[in-house]
Amino acid sequence: MDAILFFLFAAIAVVSAINVVVQRHPISSALSLVGVMGSLAVLYLLLGAEFIAAAQMIVYAGAIMVLFVFVIMLLNAGAEKSPRKGWILTAVAMPLLVLFLGMVSYIIQRGFPNAPLVVFGQFTGGSPKDVGMALFTRYLLPFEITSVLILIAIIGAVVLARKEME
Amino acid sequence: MNQFYTPTDHFSLLPALLLALFGCAILMLDFFVLPHPRQKRWLIFFALLGEFFAGLALYRQYRFLEDQSIPALRAFSDGLIIDGFSIFFNAIFVAAAVLVAIISYRYLEVEGEHHGEFYGLILLAQCGMYFLASGTELVTIFIGIELMAVTFYILVGFLRSDRRSNEAAMKYLLLGAFSSGFLAYGFSLLYAITGSTRLPKIAAELAQRPATDPLLLLAIVTTLVGLLFKVGAAPFHMWAPDAYEGAPTPVTAYLSVASKAASVAVLVRLFLGTLAPHRINWEPMLAVAVVLSLTIGNFSALSQTNLKRLLAFSSISHAGYILLGLIAGNRTGLTGICIYLFVYTFMNTGAFLVLISLRQKGMTGDDIDDLNGLIHRSPGHALLMALFLLSLGGIPPTAGFIAKYYIFLSLVETGHYALAITAALFVAVSIYYYFRIVRAMFLNEAGQLLPALPGWGARVGFAVTALATLAIGLYPEPIIRFAGTSLLR
Repeated sequence: MDAILFFLFAAIAVVSAINVVVQRHPISSALSLVGVMGSLAVLYLLLGAEFIAAAQMIVYAGAIMVLFVFVIMLLNAGAEKSPRKGWILTAVAMPLLVLFLGMVSYIIQRGFPNAPLVVFGQFTGGSPKDVGMALFTRYLLPFEITSVLILIAIIGAVVLARKEME
Repeated sequence: MNQFYTPTDHFSLLPALLLALFGCAILMLDFFVLPHPRQKRWLIFFALLGEFFAGLALYRQYRFLEDQSIPALRAFSDGLIIDGFSIFFNAIFVAAAVLVAIISYRYLEVEGEHHGEFYGLILLAQCGMYFLASGTELVTIFIGIELMAVTFYILVGFLRSDRRSNEAAMKYLLLGAFSSGFLAYGFSLLYAITGSTRLPKIAAELAQRPATDPLLLLAIVTTLVGLLFKVGAAPFHMWAPDAYEGAPTPVTAYLSVASKAASVAVLVRLFLGTLAPHRINWEPMLAVAVVLSLTIGNFSALSQTNLKRLLAFSSISHAGYILLGLIAGNRTGLTGICIYLFVYTFMNTGAFLVLISLRQKGMTGDDIDDLNGLIHRSPGHALLMALFLLSLGGIPPTAGFIAKYYIFLSLVETGHYALAITAALFVAVSIYYYFRIVRAMFLNEAGQLLPALPGWGARVGFAVTALATLAIGLYPEPIIRFAGTSLLR
C-alpha cells in the first residue's frame, strides 16, 4: 500500500516537474509546480514527517504559489515565445540528458545497494516538537543565520525596486 | 540538558555577530538618524567602526588561541571552528571590506547612488564570508555561501540606472542560483552517505568508504562544480566577465578578492580536510579545471579592450594559480594559497582603485585607450598602476612574486612538474597583456580625459595597497609566518 502510494506520488511529482519546464504559458507552469509541491508533501507524510509536509503545503503550495500567480498577473505575462532552436541541438541534448539522468540514478542505485527497504511510517523525528528541538539546539546556528539571509533578501528587494529620489 | 548557547559559542560567533549588527545599524541610521544627504558621509565612519570591532574580536580570538596554545576552538557542537586558518581568512575579508568601503565613497558620490545600503551590504556580505571560513557544518556553510551570494547579486545590480549593471546582476543571479543547486545536491549526497552534516563526523565516516565509491564520486563532482563556480574558475567562469564589467567598480574589486577568498576557504577546508583521503577522485578533476582556467583566462585576456573585462579574465587565471596550491596540497601549497589570496587582495584592489579614481561624471574610463598617456596627465596614478600590474604578473620585487613562488615551490615539492611548467608558461602570456596596459600608459599619445582627482579615500587606499604590495615583496617574512600559523590540523 505504502509502496503504491509512493510510486503514484513520485510519478506525479516527476511528470509535473517536467510539465513545469515544457509548458509555454506561465500560469500552466505555476499550476504544475503546485502539483510538484503537493506530491512532495505527500511523500514527506509517507515518511512520517508530518510537520515538514504541512509546512510544505502552507509555505510552498500556499504562500509562494500565490505570490507567483500575483506576479504573473501583474506582469500580464502571456505565452512564452519559443526561441529558435535547431533540431540538431535537441537531437544531441536529449540523449545526453537521458544518459546523465540514467547515470546518476544508476550510481545512486549502486551506492545504496544493501539499504533495507524503506518502511513508511516507521520513522520518528518528524513531529513539530522534534523539528523544533533540532532547530533550536543542534541546528541553532544555521537557523539564526537564515534570518540574516532573509533580511538581506528583503533589503535587496527594497534597494533594487525603490524609486529614484532626486 | 546542556546549554545550547555557551560563552564559547558566543566568543566564536562574535565577529559575525558584530558585522551583522553594524550592517543592520547602518541601514537604520541611514533611514532614521541621518536623513539629510549631507550627513551620509558619516555612515562610512560607522562602517569602518564596525570593521574595527570585528577586527578586534578576531584579534581576541587569535590571542586566545595563542595564550591557551590550543590549535583550534570548536563551538556550536562542531558547527563552527576558530583556528589559524579561519582567522587568517577573516583577516583577508576585513582588509578587503575596509579597502572597498573607503574607495567606494567617492565612486558613490560620482554615480549619485545611496551610501547607506551599500556599506550595510558590504558588512553583511562579510558576515556570510565569516561562516565560509569558520563553518564546519554543511548547512552553515551553505547558508553562508548564499548570504554572500545574495548580497553580491544586489551589489552587482546596485547602479539601477545603468543597463549593464542590471544585465550583469541578472546573469550572475541566474547562473549563481544554478550553481547553488549543484552545491546543495552535493552537500545532500554527503549527508546521505554519512548521516551527518558536521565535517569531523563526515570525515570519520568517509575514511571507512572505498575510494572508488561511485556515490561519493557523484557528491564530489557536484560539490566541486558548485564551489568552482563561486571561485570563478573555468569551465564555470561564464558569469565572471559580464558581472565584473557591469558591476560598480568597488563591487568588482570586492567580488574578485573577498568572494574568491571565501570560496577558496571552503574548498580548502572540504578538500584538504574532509575529503583528503579521497584525493584520487578529485585531483584529476581539479587539475583539468586549473589548466582550463589558466588557458581560458590568459588567452581571453589578450584580446580585451575593456580594462574591467581584462581584469576579470586575469582573475580567472589567478583562480587557476590559487587552485594549483590545492592540487599540491602540502604545507607549502597551503601557505602559498594563503599568501596568494592575501597579496591578491591588495594588488587587485589597487588596480581597480586606479580605475575608480580615473572615473568621472559622464565617462567611465574603463577602456585601455582611456589610459593613453596617463604618465603625462597623472604620473602618480600611472606609476601605481604599473606597480600593481607588475605584481599581478608576478615580477620579483613585488608581492605577487612571493605568492607565485610559493605555489610553484609546492608543485615542485610534490612532483607535479607538468602542471608547474604549464603554469610558468602562462605567466609569460599574462605578462604580455599586463604590459599592454603599461605601454598604453607610458608610450601612447595622451587622450582626452582630464587628470584624476584624488580624494582622501583614494589617497588612503593607494597608500595601503601600494605599501602592502611593495612591503610584502621586499620583506615577506611576517606574512609567511602569519600564513604558517594558519595551517589546517
